[in-house]
Amino acid sequence: MQGNRVIGEAAIRAGCRFYAGYPITPQNELTEYMAEHMRRVKGGVFIQAESELAAINMVLGASAAGARAMTSSSSPGISLKQEGISSLAADELPAVIVNIMRGGPGLGNILPSQGDYFQATRGGGHGDYRTIVLAPASVQELADLTMDAFDLADRYRNPVLLLADGMMGQMMEPVEFRTPSPRQYREEYILRGKGTGKSRFIRALILDAIRMEEHNWKLYRKYQVIAEEEVRFETFWTDDAEILIVAYGTAARIAKGAIKRSREMGIAVGLIRPITLWPFPGEVIRRFAEEVGSFLVFEMNTGQMLEDVKLALEGRARVDFYGRPGGVIPTPAELAKVIAYQVKR
Amino acid sequence: MKKVFSRPRTLKDVPFHYCSGCGHSITHRLIAEAIDELGIADRTIGIPPAGCAVIAYNYFDIDMLEAPHGRGCAVATGMKRVLPDRIIFSYQGDGDLAAIGTAETFHAANRGENITVLFINNAVYGMTGGQMAPTTLLGQTSTTTPPGRTAVLDGHPVHFSEVLATLAGAVYVERCAVNSPANIARAKRAIRKAFQYQMQDRGFSLVEILSQCPTNWKMRPTDACRWVDEVMTKEFPLGVIKDLQAKG
Amino acid sequence: MLVKSIFAGFGGQGVLMMGYVFAHAAMNEGCYVTYLPSYGVEVRGGTANCTVCISDEEIASPIASEPDYLVVMNKPSLFTYQNRVSAGGAIFLNSSIIDNLPSRPDVRVHEIPAGAVAESLGDLRVQNLVMLGAFVRRTDVLSPEAVLKGLRQIMGERKKNVIEINRRAFAAGYELK
Repeated sequence: MQGNRVIGEAAIRAGCRFYAGYPITPQNELTEYMAEHMRRVKGGVFIQAESELAAINMVLGASAAGARAMTSSSSPGISLKQEGISSLAADELPAVIVNIMRGGPGLGNILPSQGDYFQATRGGGHGDYRTIVLAPASVQELADLTMDAFDLADRYRNPVLLLADGMMGQMMEPVEFRTPSPRQYREEYILRGKGTGKSRFIRALILDAIRMEEHNWKLYRKYQVIAEEEVRFETFWTDDAEILIVAYGTAARIAKGAIKRSREMGIAVGLIRPITLWPFPGEVIRRFAEEVGSFLVFEMNTGQMLEDVKLALEGRARVDFYGRPGGVIPTPAELAKVIAYQVKR
Repeated sequence: MKKVFSRPRTLKDVPFHYCSGCGHSITHRLIAEAIDELGIADRTIGIPPAGCAVIAYNYFDIDMLEAPHGRGCAVATGMKRVLPDRIIFSYQGDGDLAAIGTAETFHAANRGENITVLFINNAVYGMTGGQMAPTTLLGQTSTTTPPGRTAVLDGHPVHFSEVLATLAGAVYVERCAVNSPANIARAKRAIRKAFQYQMQDRGFSLVEILSQCPTNWKMRPTDACRWVDEVMTKEFPLGVIKDLQAKG
Repeated sequence: MLVKSIFAGFGGQGVLMMGYVFAHAAMNEGCYVTYLPSYGVEVRGGTANCTVCISDEEIASPIASEPDYLVVMNKPSLFTYQNRVSAGGAIFLNSSIIDNLPSRPDVRVHEIPAGAVAESLGDLRVQNLVMLGAFVRRTDVLSPEAVLKGLRQIMGERKKNVIEINRRAFAAGYELK
């Protein structure tokens, strides 16, 4: 099944009942899938919104009304959604936002890229907040992480970003959908009209500085818990490695191919693949620096996660970088050459 | 002694923060009265905007969800589609609805979303201190049109209710004012009717309220009320702009 | 084992379907498989291509910078991709409309009259399945049974006679000498 469609199917199976989106390549198949399949589930709503701004704000309304809600786009459209993502974080409302990244800045192109790492992992919009960022590296993981994204969004009442790229979205691979766990979300978070109880409101504007500060620290404490509890990563061939590649998503896939080639040439190289980009597995990387003196960060951009790796290592090991921005997809052979060059140095 | 006047149940016992003579307080009261009379307080959700009415949730005793600036109709769309049996209204100023939220409002109306919009037109950005609004009159001074609004540099006042009325999804659009007892009574009827249309699943309804802003107009409240009659209604005539009830 | 193939031609020649069926066949044989269609701005009558990678272990990159096999249904695709084929690989070309031969001495060339065979079956639209039949026979990577199963999986909901003509086209390509 194609990656974009897999996200849609996984979302519906996970109980997503509201989707609003706007056409943009290379994620259109997801919007089209939702248009076709939302109608097959009871209460399922699909809206083709007039803009990305409208789509994310429809999601905000639907989420406050208690629906598992999702929107998706690609890089330029995600920039437009930041207002709503900031509001969702402020309101402590769950939502899943899918970014099938393409080359940028500006309109850029429609080819796979990882240029939105900073935007995704630093909150993205204005204000002091974080979003959980999941980076799948296979179609199977698109399915699994889409389901996880809804659970995480509910658990922390926070927007969750699924960050993939055009290749993940367009590629087909075999996939199996797991049975999702039942939703755990408290009725008290949902606005349905006050009924016989007390009226409630959800707001993001807090004019009083002390109260706003309290809210900021409250969010901060929540993010601390997420950072403690939710770090995910994969290691590959790290046991005897003398060089460690750090890569995520499509780049991590390519890195695995390069590592196999390098190993055939006798080079002891391994991979750390962050699955959560925020929270970032910095602690894990720092622990590896006790054994490994050389790290190679590999991204399809000019060096963004690189900064997080450097922050994690705090000078404990050598950090190099190889990147191809702009929608170029590097090959395993190309990266294997870079690895060989690193060893010689 | 017989009690003939009291606070509507849907208004909390909290003094309004609005300036003296401001039309928001009156409009809030009219909405609360309409909700009381229709008996829908338990299932109504209001969506206040960014603007002077941003803390409307302090006053209304109903569930409320604040929308980002201009996005009231998108947020209302999301809510209504998930909760089709609830009454959803957004409360939006002229800048919110007819400038930054133009697209969201236009398309919600065009989809015929079964929601109600209260559109407060005071021809000025109030909360931010009196800048030009899309509905500012030609010649009217504001902090961003110090010599008065000119068509050449600043464009014309936007007649957004008339624009929305052209859309097939909009079933009821009326312009009212809250500057005199007679106008207030008419506005109340319009608000009630808009909610009733929503309760009957008819589609998009909007009531525009010409609302006095004495502070930013730099007038006394009584002069502001008179200015609505003598100047503002000449540009924005009161009355029903569209009502598809007959075709119901 | 890692086999990478590119299928390319005009939009409408069924090249995406050809790759899609092949990918399903690989899945039916329990292989790891990736299918990556070209995507771009939507233009009618443009070129189309897809890349299918099959392997007995996890596939690193679904892109084929040096494919083992190239299947081309029209001349522009031959010129675009022939230099990419890895040495010792093979090019399958639709000889019914491609009158040039590849300039590569280090690859095998299979000239398959896919268009003509399809026309003799009465439907030019099944030229893709004729080509796929010849491709499967000569590459011997996947069994014809797995391919036919893939064809049924994909076309499951369509009319029986559509599946039948496609099956016959596949068989005709498979039997080509």
